[in-house]
Amino acid sequence: MSLELQGITKRFGGLVANDAIDFAVADGEIHAILGENGAGKSTLMNIVYGLLQPDAGTISVDGKELTIHSPLDSLAAGIGMVHQHFMLIPVFTVAENIVLGHEKTGLFGKLDLATAREEILRISQEFNFDVNPDAIVEDLPVGIQQRVEIIRALIYDAKVLILDEPTAVLTPQETDELLNNLKKLRESGRAIVFISHKLREVKAIADKITIIRRGKVVGMASPSSEQSELASLMVGREVDLKVDKEPAKIGREVLKVSHLTIQDHTGRTLVNNISFHVNAGEVLAIAGVQGNGQSEVAEAMLGLRDHVAGSVLVDEQEIIGKKVVDCLELGIAYVPESRELDGLISTFSIAENLILDTHTSAPYAKFGRYFPDAVKKVALERVAEFDIRAQSVADSASSLSGGNKQKVVLARELSRPVKLVIISQPTRGLDVGSIEFVHERIVTERNDGKAVLLFSTELDEVYALADRIAIMFKGEIIAIAEPTISREELGLFMAGVSSQKGVSA
Amino acid sequence: MKNKQVVSALAKKRTRNLVIMAVLNVVSFILFAYLPGKSQNVTFNFVLGDEWVIIHSWIIGSKFGAYCFSGLAVVFLGVAFLRARQGKKLGASALAYALSIFIAFMCWAAAGAAISVTGLLQGGLFLAIPLVFGSLSGLICERSGVINIAIEGQLLAGAFAAGVVGSLTQNAWAGLLVAPLAGALISLLLATFAIKYAVDQVILGFVINVLVIGLTSFASQRVLTTDSATWNSSPIFSTIQIPVLSKIPLIGPIFFSQTIIVYMLYVIVAVIQLSLFKSKWGLRMRAVGELPVAAESVGIDVNKVRFRNVLIAGLVAGLGGAFFTVGSSGAFSRQMTAGMGFIALAALIFGKWTPLGAVAAALLFGFADQLRTVLSITGTPIPSEFMVMVPYIVTIIAVSGFVGKVRAPASDGIPYKRGGSH
Repeated sequence: MSLELQGITKRFGGLVANDAIDFAVADGEIHAILGENGAGKSTLMNIVYGLLQPDAGTISVDGKELTIHSPLDSLAAGIGMVHQHFMLIPVFTVAENIVLGHEKTGLFGKLDLATAREEILRISQEFNFDVNPDAIVEDLPVGIQQRVEIIRALIYDAKVLILDEPTAVLTPQETDELLNNLKKLRESGRAIVFISHKLREVKAIADKITIIRRGKVVGMASPSSEQSELASLMVGREVDLKVDKEPAKIGREVLKVSHLTIQDHTGRTLVNNISFHVNAGEVLAIAGVQGNGQSEVAEAMLGLRDHVAGSVLVDEQEIIGKKVVDCLELGIAYVPESRELDGLISTFSIAENLILDTHTSAPYAKFGRYFPDAVKKVALERVAEFDIRAQSVADSASSLSGGNKQKVVLARELSRPVKLVIISQPTRGLDVGSIEFVHERIVTERNDGKAVLLFSTELDEVYALADRIAIMFKGEIIAIAEPTISREELGLFMAGVSSQKGVSA
Repeated sequence: MKNKQVVSALAKKRTRNLVIMAVLNVVSFILFAYLPGKSQNVTFNFVLGDEWVIIHSWIIGSKFGAYCFSGLAVVFLGVAFLRARQGKKLGASALAYALSIFIAFMCWAAAGAAISVTGLLQGGLFLAIPLVFGSLSGLICERSGVINIAIEGQLLAGAFAAGVVGSLTQNAWAGLLVAPLAGALISLLLATFAIKYAVDQVILGFVINVLVIGLTSFASQRVLTTDSATWNSSPIFSTIQIPVLSKIPLIGPIFFSQTIIVYMLYVIVAVIQLSLFKSKWGLRMRAVGELPVAAESVGIDVNKVRFRNVLIAGLVAGLGGAFFTVGSSGAFSRQMTAGMGFIALAALIFGKWTPLGAVAAALLFGFADQLRTVLSITGTPIPSEFMVMVPYIVTIIAVSGFVGKVRAPASDGIPYKRGGSH
């Protein structure tokens, strides 16, 4: 069976998300769609899946044109989708999730889960998926949750399987397993659409690559193309994938964390007795799969969490128990992982966001009076220094693109006299140009003799920036390694497999 | 280097609960057992009608009883303490403790009087019935992802419609038939504005309540009271004694000597409990209340499911409203639901959004209310103003986190818009 898209166009107001896109995938083929975040990949697939309606264009399966109004139509046409954000009800069992929408009932309307259970076990065995139909979905690792989505598509007899950024939430090991599973599915004769912005994976799995930029197909490439070639097609100009970094000039110990333990409000231990230090002039990257306690550690560094024990010393001053404002006073810059939620106040202007941390002091305020002109003057300087592309500093922060939002946060945090920079997932969802800028800026801070604590789930980013790498797994630091550690070994650590190599924490 | 011990919030809460229990125990020793000057006899009666086996009345000295049961409470407190140290839930030990303290309290509060235990429980159930109907209505709405503050309005509309129609037709069945429709009509308002126009559901529910109270009060004042013989004197359902079952001691008179509305309630509770977890309807209801975008992705029309369930919830609450008129008094009076819709909402939360939990909570609230009535009749050392507060204090304590881990449906109160998630 083959899926063919012709001239798919979708507009959101003035923005053209998809502009006359043509695309086709055939049986037994893995066809990758490569593009940056915001290039229009997800919009395209949501149209195919029936969650969005196109303004123009046709979708055909096996040469027959389809009208897809809802996911039911696409399911009926044999199109299955594995979503970037899993479409599974967290509190349901695997079996309940799979029957949802296609429920069979028995006597007195009693839900029939037995048939689904058998089907799940059958497919699970066929592809070696190891999925328990009675497990509650929210208790499962994300890799397994993804398999549940794949099983669901297979149970409803999907001949075309679409995977939207499937590796975003996976460990390197889980990614390898997924790629192997996709190969098995290809052998079983299914057509697979693999949507990603990760060059390495696309090269590893795809038979064909279609590259999308700003809603348009800009070309096809073969998987044997060089990474730099794919990257420049994706971004639209030559890109330098390497960050230039001089050797670290290690200074004094700035941050010392000892026996840090963090619990949530129900008493679950999220971070268990971890210790590490960061010196001036180096970047310590904390690597790990999302949700292994990194966010909690980052927040604890600034006094944002309750139920914290242990010690966090910044220049020998204890932070635990201090108020956030006192932590900032000590010279800590903090770039949170969610710029929209925690980094900015979206409805405030760019200028106001740039002085959120210093708005109570001169020159912005005196005796309780606020001086907008002083704010504007400083804002204009920052906008120039950090290359923030905005119409006016009086525009609301929500009007900015992701990359420019992140620059606003960086500009605010790095304009204070700081000695420790805590930066969490700094390039998540950014375009390549912004990633280059952010990476260079982090290296600049390091070269200026600041201690940098970087939290990242992206291995490429960790390798590009780190002077030392700590790996977190299930709330513990299971190893601290040099950046010369191989990807394979780092991947094993991220999956919780300890080895003798690396300096054990 | 300092290394503070982390005390988890859960352990803290457990410790706090144990401390409160210990303090209560001391109070019960001093206030119920030590302080009263002279011991008087307390009589507990267990017979109401012509049950098969006659349970004899139980007579006990008030001071002796208070000492005994305060002492028993200490034992259960000890068990609870041991369980807490092992990190287990307090569970049954806390329940047994509460019961002991309660009996000690009754020994003191009813000194020199006779208490009909069966009557107390029967009255408690009676008062709990509208609460159960109301909380089930809330459950169906909130499990579907729509907050229902308008339970009060649904109950009141049901009561009004049943009373008026019952009176005009002189037929209680006719009243019973229109009551659910009146409740559904209120739901129609709620569903239209909450789902179709995405109006803030808390404010909306409140406004609907004010509207229904205003309309029914107006009609009551202008029409019902001017010619109450025509408009406001509905026949009522008589109690039906279920053969055999109604003769079981203690249980029979309480549960099986009731009106048709109560028997309908039993069926409704059973059906909702079973279908919430074991039927297609329940599965879809929970799906759209938890993660509507996931339901949409498998072809479920989220807003249609929500709309329909809000209407069903209105039917249930409307039927509960009938209990006020054709189920008991026969006449409608202004604001006769008296805030029960809100207590029903509390019962829903206290019951952790499960049907059986909500029923248990509603029974507890109803019982507390009945206790107030009984004690104000027998006469107690407590000022009656305080007794009036009891059900509400129980409600506040219950809702303020004595219940442990409570998780509302994840998308409760969040309007769903198609394709709006990206």
